[in-house]
Amino acid sequence: MTKWLSISDVKEIIAATSAEEVTASYLELIEKSSINGYTCTSDGALDTAKMVDKGEVAGPLAGVPIAIKDNISTKGLATTCSSKILEGYVPPYDAHVIERLKAAGAVIIGKTNMDEFAMGTSTESSCYGVTLNPWDHERVPGGSSGGSAAVVAAGESPISLGSDTGGSVRCPAAFCGVVGLKPTYGAVSRYGLISYANSLEQIGPMATCVEDIAAVMDVIGGYDARDSTSIDNKIDYQAALVDDVKGLKIGVPDEYFGEGVDSSTEKAVWDAIAKYEEMGASWGKVSMPNTKYALAAYYTIAMSEASSNLARFDGTRYGPRSEGENWHVMASRTRAENFGKEVQRRILLGTYALSAGYQDKYYLKALQVRTLVKQDFEKAFANFDVLMAPTMPLPAFKIGEKVEDPLSQYLTDVNTVPMNLAGVPCISVPCGSSDGLPVGLQIIGNHFDEATLIRAAYSFEKNTDHHKARPGEVA
Amino acid sequence: MVYENPDGVRIGLEVHVQLNKLNTKLFCGCSTDYHDSEPNTHVCPVCLGLPGALPVINEKAVEYAMKIGLALGCDIVEQTQFHRKNYYYPDLPKGFQTTQYDFPIAGEGKVVIEGEDGERDIGITRAHMEEDPGRLQHMGSIDKSKGTLINYNRSGMTLIEIVSEPDMRSPKEARRYLDKLRSILDYLDVFNGDLEGAMRVDANVSVFMGERVEVKNISSFKGAERALLYEIMRQKNQIRRGGEITLETRHFDEARGVTLSMRTKETENDYRYFPEPDLMPMRVADRVPAVAATLPELPDAKRNRFLEEYDMTDMHAKALTSDQDIADFYEAVAQNENIDSKDAAVWVADIFKGEWNYRDLAIHGRTNDPVTPPYSWVKLSGANRKDPTITSSIGSDDLIYIIGSVNNGEISDNSGIEVIRIILDEGGSANEVIDAKGLRKVEDDIVATAVSETIAENEAAVQDYLGGAEKSLNFLVGQVMKKTKGRADARQARELLVAALKS
Repeated sequence: MTKWLSISDVKEIIAATSAEEVTASYLELIEKSSINGYTCTSDGALDTAKMVDKGEVAGPLAGVPIAIKDNISTKGLATTCSSKILEGYVPPYDAHVIERLKAAGAVIIGKTNMDEFAMGTSTESSCYGVTLNPWDHERVPGGSSGGSAAVVAAGESPISLGSDTGGSVRCPAAFCGVVGLKPTYGAVSRYGLISYANSLEQIGPMATCVEDIAAVMDVIGGYDARDSTSIDNKIDYQAALVDDVKGLKIGVPDEYFGEGVDSSTEKAVWDAIAKYEEMGASWGKVSMPNTKYALAAYYTIAMSEASSNLARFDGTRYGPRSEGENWHVMASRTRAENFGKEVQRRILLGTYALSAGYQDKYYLKALQVRTLVKQDFEKAFANFDVLMAPTMPLPAFKIGEKVEDPLSQYLTDVNTVPMNLAGVPCISVPCGSSDGLPVGLQIIGNHFDEATLIRAAYSFEKNTDHHKARPGEVA
Repeated sequence: MVYENPDGVRIGLEVHVQLNKLNTKLFCGCSTDYHDSEPNTHVCPVCLGLPGALPVINEKAVEYAMKIGLALGCDIVEQTQFHRKNYYYPDLPKGFQTTQYDFPIAGEGKVVIEGEDGERDIGITRAHMEEDPGRLQHMGSIDKSKGTLINYNRSGMTLIEIVSEPDMRSPKEARRYLDKLRSILDYLDVFNGDLEGAMRVDANVSVFMGERVEVKNISSFKGAERALLYEIMRQKNQIRRGGEITLETRHFDEARGVTLSMRTKETENDYRYFPEPDLMPMRVADRVPAVAATLPELPDAKRNRFLEEYDMTDMHAKALTSDQDIADFYEAVAQNENIDSKDAAVWVADIFKGEWNYRDLAIHGRTNDPVTPPYSWVKLSGANRKDPTITSSIGSDDLIYIIGSVNNGEISDNSGIEVIRIILDEGGSANEVIDAKGLRKVEDDIVATAVSETIAENEAAVQDYLGGAEKSLNFLVGQVMKKTKGRADARQARELLVAALKS
């Protein structure tokens, strides 16, 4: 079986052979993999595939394998957020997106590696060790959904799900040369997604082409009563797969091409914009003056929410438990011994930012900045249909390069966090390379205007070959 | 007479009311009917705080909270919101409690109580919604416990926390406030106050305008009165000895009747409140008229109407309206054209209510006719609070029959009371009981015969009485009663005896 299959490729092969055979060959690939993209594979995958073959399970994704980020709850399948503190935790329920995928006939093939609790840009903070970038094994795959991007880039799954709190789908998509979408806040139910920063994050798909992104979104998107932030706003994603950008108005924010943006990355993005112009779109500069405050506001809000979200991991109900003479000592030790350094850093900083006497200065100030950032987007979308910018200011960095300097790693999120603050949708598509490493073009849309995003991304793909580039050596 | 409040006592109460009459919990679909269930059987990913589970607000809980707010005369906020109160405790599965902070559903209101010197307004600061934590169960006594078990059945139950102003000046006023609150909540039919943990009280107490002390872990109204009496005495003694009262939280040890220091201001938690990101702010102002329309006539209004519509004392009006079922029962009796409303008040408030409470019955059911009040017929059913297998029921028609029978002289007052007791203890209708027990007054000639027989058979006593020993008459009356097996009216027997002896 050839690697790097699209959903339609997989369906063709299933028709010619069987779903069981397809799943088995993916499991074999995963078995032989050297990139450490998966945290585990599913024992039930082959059973589901067999049911598809018997016609017991049908649907738009019947028999199509999908890899799931390890922070999305899967009933009966370990879900650990790549953290020691959730070692042995097997959810008794499926996340909303998993229910939808199962109903659509998809085969949950395994769980993918990530930065612990989605806190990172490199997948280095995982308790299972880093995932290797399929393009260069000395480099990180990006993060936090590094596993989900790397397995798609390595051909170990046609599609995957990640989650994006401040760029966690788009960053690894860019670093691994695949497509990744962060939907509008509220477009996909978060029920079952283990929270890092609730008000910022969304589950998003990753794939080798825009078509597959739309196909997955048609399955996982839409209203869910169990998520109070879910919005009833049905979008027909696949209907937006139209190769036509004539008249599309592209805004290019200066602030996203600031200091520290790698020159080859910048060039690849400008080439892409030129391509759009050639295809009939127009572009103009747009100013988003509050971008410079976004990163600080983002980290303040994310860490504050995280400090509270992660309070439940105390060793009482699930996960490992350390000994202690009373409950508080037991809980403290459990947390000290089983949370990684980065997670502990963010819990401490978040606790500080919410503390009496500091909340006004940090948390509440960050909420004000968030409003300003939102206003930047509102103003920009008054004049433009989409915005374009580099997803990441630089290509994948070396493993270990930024481990000792967390701040330098935080700074790489500069172009991805404003969209999470504003809740707007955005997609990263491959648009060239820098020193042989993939570069991502980020296209940003207005709230619930995924259709325009998908049309823009799909048209680019139809008129360029960047998405066809594959890492030279895998497995 | 004005109450001087010699010790400058100020008491404010925080009352947690568990809305156990809702079918489901505050943020999930788990059933609230867990009181007789095995531990951890009424739980789901949401109320267990499993990773990834999200809360969804119970709209009925919002409606109940608004009802309570409106009944306490509170302003309902335009838009309400939930916050997270962050602290670590094993009964708190998420490591934070979802509660309300600066946008509680209900703002200022008041409750009228019978104070030390007449009616008095107790201010309500706010009423807000929050989730109940689970329950810890120690294996054995707390100091020798081998471990602690956690039951999350209670986790996620809806609580309404009602916070009062420090307007109460004595433990008695605090008790009256609690009774009144309970009465209002019962009227609203939002909870069953007899279930364990249905109402929990924390008290803030200060004396002589000093620092306030918070007393926690009060589990009954009686306990509240005791805890406050102790705490006021403790604070006064402390000051008398030259000590100071400092801001602190104390724990009420119910068994020993004392309060013990839990933590001082320095070790007070910083709860790091922030808006719950998983729940959107809710606009509730638009729903006020619809909810207000569902409010029943409340105790104070009912009491005033009773005073206007029926002939009764204010004491009776209060006694009859503290419980809605009793009030409806009274009205069904008093509306009968053959019954005097004042008579009915005595029978229902003094006699019937006394017998009902003596049996420690909790009203667990009622039927009535027609559908809307005032009802022409009400039947109350109750179960003993300690042994629910002991049940009783009585209808307004029974009481009408009893009062009618007493009024037309068919039975004595005492027999009337006896009939109520028998109906409550053994069942049956008033008519059946009166017949079965032969309580109907005997004919006068039977009494007359008994009188002449008594005089003939007790010569010595007759001589004593005629010689001036008044007490002997009592003996003779007793003999008449004995002969008539108690069915005679004692007063009538006495009159007949005196008349016969004087002739």
